Amino acid sequence: MKVQIVKDILSANEQIALENRRLFDGKGIFVLNVMAAPGAGKTSLIERTIGLLRARFRIGVIDGDLASTIDADRIARLGIPAVQINTGGACHLDANMIRSALPKLPPDEIDLLFIENVGNLICPTGFALGEHLKVMISSTPEGDDKPYKYPGMFSAVDVLLLNKVDLLPLLEFDVAYFRRGVEALNPDVAFFPVSCKTGEGVDEWVEWLVAARSKLWPSS
Amino acid sequence: MTSAPCRFSTPARFSAVLIDSAGRIATMHELAVTQSMLNLALEHAERAGAQRITHINLVVGEIASIVDDSVQFYFDFISKDTLAEGAQLSFKRLPARFRCSACGQEFPLRDGNWICPACQRLGGEVISGREFYMESIEVE
Repeated sequence: MKVQIVKDILSANEQIALENRRLFDGKGIFVLNVMAAPGAGKTSLIERTIGLLRARFRIGVIDGDLASTIDADRIARLGIPAVQINTGGACHLDANMIRSALPKLPPDEIDLLFIENVGNLICPTGFALGEHLKVMISSTPEGDDKPYKYPGMFSAVDVLLLNKVDLLPLLEFDVAYFRRGVEALNPDVAFFPVSCKTGEGVDEWVEWLVAARSKLWPSS
Repeated sequence: MTSAPCRFSTPARFSAVLIDSAGRIATMHELAVTQSMLNLALEHAERAGAQRITHINLVVGEIASIVDDSVQFYFDFISKDTLAEGAQLSFKRLPARFRCSACGQEFPLRDGNWICPACQRLGGEVISGREFYMESIEVE
């Protein structure tokens, strides 16, 4: 006997992501899903952003990695609540992992939540977490051809930061070629060249982030 | 291709809170996906009062980041002692198609590139190719 189903296999994840989103909206937690290749500067960007926003918002961080608590320890040293998710070998976070991690933070005492996804340019885009913004970091040592090689992620994000621009004089990185690729794939994306080392460009990113939150919740 | 399931231990000197993905051993992309697929098949088989699932018919888009062999590998492992043990998986591949954001031309993936053949522009709207769904199951 044949049973017709025609159902999206990832719909279970989508459903949990929707529930996460309702919970975030109900509690007034603005959530960013930060995605990048390993070493692009996800934790560094979060640290920089915390430095500029901790006086205005109560911040929390969920860190995803295959192993270790190195990232959550870095954040915890700043006095910011951090939860480490060790995925074992999984290449992305999913909505259920976020649902499980959330009670470990004090969710009633968070206004801004960074979810640092597993370093990977492929799989994380397929798994919604319930976030308000998808943030991507690409870094100059990775090369200017990345939009052409990983179009899926570049086309799926709301904001793109090009990190490590302080290294540009040392690299053969054609910023115009990189930006042409990005703009073709994702004409509406917000774009910020930054250096988490020198702090260049970070103010502009933070200003944009605060404005994005205000646009969603004008009164808070 | 695939690695054996494993979970990393954490040195005791670390202090941050550790959790895993809801107690299951999650390894690689396809294991989580295969578990969702198995759950869906079992749910429908039970609803139909079936004794056994013989076939699971899946549709996978060309750019859905799903590796057939890897799904089969995990499926054989996690379906043991369920109604789906021994079921045949079949994968129907759907080609990726794009619509150029500059000239509106529809085009397929060419040599792995998302480039419009009419105007050479990169990118465009994905019309199909990201699907991953269960079309049907066959049960006894």
